[in-house]
Amino acid sequence: MTLKFSLSLGAGLFALGIAAAQAQEPIKIGVVSVLTGPAAALGQQVRDGFQLAVDQNGGKLGGVPVQITVIDDELKPDVAVAKVKGYVEAAKADFVVGPVFSNILGAIAKPVLDSGAFLISPNAGPSTMAGKACNQNFFVTSYQNDQVHEVLGKYAQDQGYKRAYIIAPNYQAGKDSLAGFKNYFKGEIVDEVYAPLTSMDFASDLAKIASTKPDVVFAFLPGGLGVNFVKQWSQAGLQGKIPFLSAFTVDESTLPAQQDAAVGLFGGMTWAPNMDNPQTKKFVTDYEAAYKIVPGSYAQQAYDAAMLIDSAVKAAGGTGDKDKLRAALKKADFTSLRGKFKFNTNGYPIQDFYLVKAAKRPDGKFQTEIVQKVFTDYADPHAKDCALK
Amino acid sequence: MTTGLLIVQILNGLQLGILLFLVAAGLTLVFGVMDFINLAHGVQYMLGAYLAVTFVSLTGSFVLGLALALAAALVIGLALEFLVFRHLYERDHLDQVLATFGLILLLNQGVKMVWGAAPLSVPVPAFLAGNVALMEGILYPTYRFALIGAGLAVGALLWFVVEKTRTGMLLRAGASNAPMVSALGVDINKLFMIVFAFGTMLAAFAGAMAAPILSVEPGMGDNILILAFVVIVVGGIGSIRGAFVGALIVGLVDTLGRSFMNDLLRLFMSAPSARAAGAALSSMLIYLVMAIVLFVRPEGLLPAKGRA
Repeated sequence: MTLKFSLSLGAGLFALGIAAAQAQEPIKIGVVSVLTGPAAALGQQVRDGFQLAVDQNGGKLGGVPVQITVIDDELKPDVAVAKVKGYVEAAKADFVVGPVFSNILGAIAKPVLDSGAFLISPNAGPSTMAGKACNQNFFVTSYQNDQVHEVLGKYAQDQGYKRAYIIAPNYQAGKDSLAGFKNYFKGEIVDEVYAPLTSMDFASDLAKIASTKPDVVFAFLPGGLGVNFVKQWSQAGLQGKIPFLSAFTVDESTLPAQQDAAVGLFGGMTWAPNMDNPQTKKFVTDYEAAYKIVPGSYAQQAYDAAMLIDSAVKAAGGTGDKDKLRAALKKADFTSLRGKFKFNTNGYPIQDFYLVKAAKRPDGKFQTEIVQKVFTDYADPHAKDCALK
Repeated sequence: MTTGLLIVQILNGLQLGILLFLVAAGLTLVFGVMDFINLAHGVQYMLGAYLAVTFVSLTGSFVLGLALALAAALVIGLALEFLVFRHLYERDHLDQVLATFGLILLLNQGVKMVWGAAPLSVPVPAFLAGNVALMEGILYPTYRFALIGAGLAVGALLWFVVEKTRTGMLLRAGASNAPMVSALGVDINKLFMIVFAFGTMLAAFAGAMAAPILSVEPGMGDNILILAFVVIVVGGIGSIRGAFVGALIVGLVDTLGRSFMNDLLRLFMSAPSARAAGAALSSMLIYLVMAIVLFVRPEGLLPAKGRA
């Protein structure tokens, strides 16, 4: 009788659950990411990482079904604003998750936040929105951009390198990158090179590196720039001769092209696919099964963004009460793939940063692996300019 | 040490020039002979690189993969000629620019659907891996020497075809005055097809040869297309010799500018301002060269005969 009773009770509850779910409005989430052009490899990771978390939760976050709309920002601020504005107004979105690039974030932040939706950035972490322009409805699940470059600067300084050759593309992010490196590296800068964003061949820079013989090279050469530089670095016979530190140059999005040429090169990040915790193991296995590539930080941060939303919706009992939801988001009470994760007053994370190294796995695929911790509970310095408490 | 660095940078400049020549040669022929602006020439270079990725990994041999990639690029090129370009020869330049720009978008998106958005690469063939020691402590990658050699060989072959064969004679005649060639009873459509197929092969060859040193990614042809246009403007439209000279000038000016501009400016400027000015100046150097050439010799340095 007990068995029968509990079975029927279970069935009843189950039926109730379905009824409740059907009555419930789905959570509307816009995922804004770049899906055209050379940067699409990064945007796809953001889209897929977020989707994976939702799929693992049976199409729900916080027990509520979600309705995801994927928006391609095309890496063009004007296009992004038009599409996102149209979406948040028409759909009355609860969350917008995105984008990859800071210049797109700058463009879409106002229309999204004005609409009352929460904006969660799975990658872009500009200094402006960490400081004066911070917003109570804006959260970042990646890092503040400068921090990644500072990891390498700190490491170079700690290693006692005296002479550094540093190179970045000739645009704002490139200048910020080298400034971030120099915040912590106090040795001599042998040369500070700003290469055109359209550079293909770095042979002339590599020849200079070979002739000036610096103790260390630091590069911020995202995407195809980094693929070219790293391949040519190894072809010029520099691999293993001069320590190579980089930010956003050797990661899971570029390793499939760099392959053996990148093995042993260093980068900075908050996570790597070999991070030793059960949630990361499951994430990497599931991601590779679903999308056939090794996930990088872009996918991981988007996955964490979904888990953050999941925890907050659960704690706030839905999306109806914005203040409750905000308080729950600020708590960051979810199991991050990084293990430790909490928010600062400005909505940016306080977290550990690691030196990572590119490696070849036994199955022949390439990934970054954690070498050592460089910063512990590192908060960005811009938070002091943010009025939020 | 400075001499060594200078030699390496000159080699780098030559190598960039050779690569540009391979792309520009096809572009200048198509533009010169057919009076056809083919913006899609850059994506044909990209296709060559992608095909090399596929065939090299399929066959496991660089040489065999290269040959198959060229054959496949030729087939695709002819298909495009039949489907698209053939219908544009009679139209004005604006229509050609629009249609071929459309092809750029289509093919950039197309390769992404087939090969994915992440950059790919081709390994350097084993027999060309490694470095050659030029001097004490100065290494230069063997593959880059091979690239320069292959480019020079193709250049010599082109010169022979254009200067010494009947087809070449028709090409030169076509570049000077296509209507007259047609009036003399030459099947101009067949000539156009040969020129076009030739140009496609050259672009694909450049892409395939560049694949081991550059990242193979959607849009990789767009940057090189702009440089190729600079080359043919400097060299003179429709002229293979002009493309060769123009490509070497652009390659050398760009490479030497990028490597020595900072040091040059530092002689009479503070280091930070030299760095800022150097980066800006060296990236516009080739366009300055183009502007000067346009001002002094608007027809280019070595224009096709009868075109000036």
